Amino acid sequence: MKLPIFLDNHSTTPMDPRVLEAMLPYFVEKFGNAASRNHAFGWAAEEGVEQARKQIAKLIKADSKEIVFTSGATESDNLALKGSLEMYKEKGTHIITATTEHRAVLDTAKSLEAKGLATVTYLPVDKFGMVNPQDVQNAITDKTILISVMLANNEIGTINPIQEIGKIAKARGVLFHCDATQGVGKIPVDVQVMGIDLMSFSAHKLYGPKGIGALYVRKRNPRVRIAAQMDGGGHERGMRSGTLPVPLIVGFGKACEICEQEMTVETARLTKMRDRLQTDIMTALEESYLNGHPANRLPGNLNISFAYVEGESLLMGMKDIALSSGSACTSATLEPSYVLRALGVGTELAHSSIRFGLGRFNTDDEIDYTIKKVIEVVTKLREMSPLYEMAKEGVDLKSVQWAAH
Amino acid sequence: MAYSDKVVDHFNNPRNMGSFKKDEEGVGTGMVGAPECGDVMKLQIKVQNDTIVDAKFKTFGCGSAIASSSLATEWLKGKTIEEAQKIKNTDIVQELNLPPVKIHCSVLAEDAIKAALTDYQQKADTQPIDTK
Repeated sequence: MKLPIFLDNHSTTPMDPRVLEAMLPYFVEKFGNAASRNHAFGWAAEEGVEQARKQIAKLIKADSKEIVFTSGATESDNLALKGSLEMYKEKGTHIITATTEHRAVLDTAKSLEAKGLATVTYLPVDKFGMVNPQDVQNAITDKTILISVMLANNEIGTINPIQEIGKIAKARGVLFHCDATQGVGKIPVDVQVMGIDLMSFSAHKLYGPKGIGALYVRKRNPRVRIAAQMDGGGHERGMRSGTLPVPLIVGFGKACEICEQEMTVETARLTKMRDRLQTDIMTALEESYLNGHPANRLPGNLNISFAYVEGESLLMGMKDIALSSGSACTSATLEPSYVLRALGVGTELAHSSIRFGLGRFNTDDEIDYTIKKVIEVVTKLREMSPLYEMAKEGVDLKSVQWAAH
Repeated sequence: MAYSDKVVDHFNNPRNMGSFKKDEEGVGTGMVGAPECGDVMKLQIKVQNDTIVDAKFKTFGCGSAIASSSLATEWLKGKTIEEAQKIKNTDIVQELNLPPVKIHCSVLAEDAIKAALTDYQQKADTQPIDTK
């Protein structure tokens, strides 16, 4: 086992060596511009791109013509929201989304609001982080043109009832955008069954290269149109201009193909490792709380709050394990994770949260090491915590008058 | 963001971590911060003949908050009350090489020192002299 251990697979994933191998010929040998229609260099590049388009489309049960390449999910989210609003603004300017969305969606929505281009409804979530389809239904007005709800949350891994929301959107004639960045390649995605019209995802979350993503844009039933936000050569059916990064696209395709072929086996393996990590840690450490949905969650996700211990110090104590915290000790606002806050998790427990993100290349040995280390460090930091001491003395921490700063 | 060697050292080997009994003679206790803000520091001093003979801390907070309070206890030991009053948060920032986002940790440590000194003085003022 090698240190440090990478357990932050929601932030990004290491590239699968098979993906790199597929990409290599497209740097020096097949370097052509996929838009060059008149010579062999262009044809070779185009062939690589079209094969990748098929591999990607197959993973999400779409048609390859419905894949629009972007620089990543952030761009896809921007394009989906801004592009559909611009295209359908005559019909209405109301957008529905949820409070736990990724900032690529939330900040885009807020920017549209600030410019006076849209009105936005931010739906609350339940204590597990799930959007209630009934809330979506109730929020729709005759001015609503777009619903944007994520497939799986990047912090707590909770999976939303996408199919039900898709049905509601279709029944009311509203477009449905889904930020599926954390879900594609990890759990089955079917844009037909789920009723998705626009969907964002990216390669580097599924063992592909960074710098390439896609927006799925439905072509039939209904034919969805979006206004380009990048003008130029009219690539990607006019929706996103810019020379295609062929090696990245080829890698994206290969990564999707591997995910499609290995998803069943990988899900079983990750779920087993994750459950062991969860059970062993939570059994050993009193007052540890699971954040997110207990069952309806991404296979590699585990988010736990350890009462009386601050998240960043936990990460510092486990410096040979790459993890993430909902603590905000580095942010100027001192506001911890807005996702955990939206679930109703208290601010102090939000500061105490750690996100474990398991992925394809994690091993049982690494999980053993992590379990041992987490228990050791939480115990040590609790010994150091005045809050733990007070709680042990029977002081109700909520009754204390804190000198807030 | 990388931590300075000194912060890492204090975090891994905290000095004077622990507690005195609050009602022990000569002990002053300062507790500052709030759980919602992500840091709470408890700093205690033990005073004999106007000199701080011992100090202890417990901290809920990030590595820099732990290091700031650990360093504070180190500095307090052996100082007179008057000297202790002069410890400034900027001294802590300099010693630990804290980045701007962590300056509030040093402010909290200074507040904790002040609170412990005030508590000690209040207790000393109200304590009848002839109790044994």
